[in-house]
Amino acid sequence: MNELLQLLRENGRESAETLATMLGLSVEEIQNQIQSWEEAGVIRGYQAVINEEATEVDYVRAAIEVRITPERGDGYDRIALRIGRFPEVESVFLMSGGYDLLVFVKGDNLRTVASFVNQRLATIEGVLSTATHFTLKTYKDQGVLMQDEQYDERLQVSP
Amino acid sequence: MMNDSKSPHDFVAPHLKNVPRSGIRDFFEIVNTRKDVISLGIGEPDFITPWHIRESSIYALNRGATSYTANLGLWELRKAISEYVNRRFHADYDPATEIMITVGVSEALDVAIRALISPGDEVLYHEPCYVSYAPVIAFAHGIPVAVETHADDDFRLRIDQLEAKVTPRTRVLMLNFPTNPTGSVLHQKDVEDIAAFAIRHNLVVITDEIYSELTYEAERVSIAAVPGMRERTIFLNGFSKAWAMTGYRIGFSCAPAPLTDAMMKLHQYTMLCAPILAQKAAIEALANGDDALAHMRSTYRQRRNLMVDGLQAAGLRCHIPQGAFYTFASIGHFGMRSHDFAMRFLEEENVACVPGTAFGACGEGFIRCAYATGTAKIETAMERLRTFTSRL
Repeated sequence: MNELLQLLRENGRESAETLATMLGLSVEEIQNQIQSWEEAGVIRGYQAVINEEATEVDYVRAAIEVRITPERGDGYDRIALRIGRFPEVESVFLMSGGYDLLVFVKGDNLRTVASFVNQRLATIEGVLSTATHFTLKTYKDQGVLMQDEQYDERLQVSP
Repeated sequence: MMNDSKSPHDFVAPHLKNVPRSGIRDFFEIVNTRKDVISLGIGEPDFITPWHIRESSIYALNRGATSYTANLGLWELRKAISEYVNRRFHADYDPATEIMITVGVSEALDVAIRALISPGDEVLYHEPCYVSYAPVIAFAHGIPVAVETHADDDFRLRIDQLEAKVTPRTRVLMLNFPTNPTGSVLHQKDVEDIAAFAIRHNLVVITDEIYSELTYEAERVSIAAVPGMRERTIFLNGFSKAWAMTGYRIGFSCAPAPLTDAMMKLHQYTMLCAPILAQKAAIEALANGDDALAHMRSTYRQRRNLMVDGLQAAGLRCHIPQGAFYTFASIGHFGMRSHDFAMRFLEEENVACVPGTAFGACGEGFIRCAYATGTAKIETAMERLRTFTSRL
């Protein structure tokens, strides 16, 4: 992967000045490159990675296996995007194997997620079946561990 | 007979008494009394060993890997090292007779010196350098002869300076490129010239290439691969820096069979073998560690750029180090000695760096700042350095 893209992936808030120094480029080159990625839709957003269990806000997340009937012309895309447009839906993936779409849904409580599956998801024409798995705990998300494991007993000064 | 010893001090062997304590040790004790120091003085990676390597240690332990190994080390590891050294350094070594696994490069260095020299033999090494070279030579009753390197030459080793120090008693030339503390590297022409010098004076070369995987823009060259050098070279390397495995204590030596055999005697009767868990981890590092290494290497390079930029912005003069994870910046024009600069920087801004004199007398006028630390800390430290130098 491009080195700049990799650095942004690790820390989207790194300043253009720092990135420029680290990569031996000018600040303008960095800004132009980032802007062109944003315009081309390569970079689709910047988000904080939040340990939600530390926020004391209750929520429920479910992974839902969805089987659908592909459509002539659109294949799985139209239904996948139709599902993806619901704000409750965090991610949608087309999968190989025993089902077609893997859908991650987040809601305030079990009832809202259940109702989303019943009322919205399962009733979409072309959806054949759903299997819902509720998550119990998040250990790692977006490549980030949800607990610190940094263990630094290095001597403060060493040869 | 009367015994005129008066204190335990008198029992210590004289050749040991003459070896000074490491200057780093003294500085460490001062730094250690302070809180919330940003330390640029740490000579090891801030990365934890990549998880796949740690995980393989757990697996090995689960399977009961708790025994001794062959003195030379696990066959599988020696074979992997043979392939690795061939692939990365273009030098051929037979895993059966020419490769030995050691407890870090430190042990390899010690047994190599002891295997080669007799009391009174002279050993050439370049300064500024890693703190253990001169002591290890002295422990073997050899005479350490420092060859100075200079910022003007990017701290590369010059033949005229070597020629000025070589004598009929010189037996060994020690190399460490990329160099701790300067980050200096050798180019192809340099190693060829040094090889010709070694052959001319019939010297053995011990080349400590522990930082070789952390070489940035420069091409990585090893004297072991220069034609005619194989029979007079002991090539040392290890896993500490490349794969962030310092605490595993695992390194290795590659040398012609008669030299390996001699080193093996020392290793066999003192260390016996390197720890098996570390050996298992090293196998994993070589088999599957390329990606983790590439990631750490590019991260160090980015941080180096950040630090060199910060040092220069604060008015220090610094060549761009091509390897390892150290900058060696000149502070002479501030009219202060290295030690005083480091002490005041610590006291006034709570940032620790290492005075250049810890690495030899010719390190006077320099400080070593390691960039084996996170970018946020480097930026804060460089900001504080600007504040500090603006007062000088």
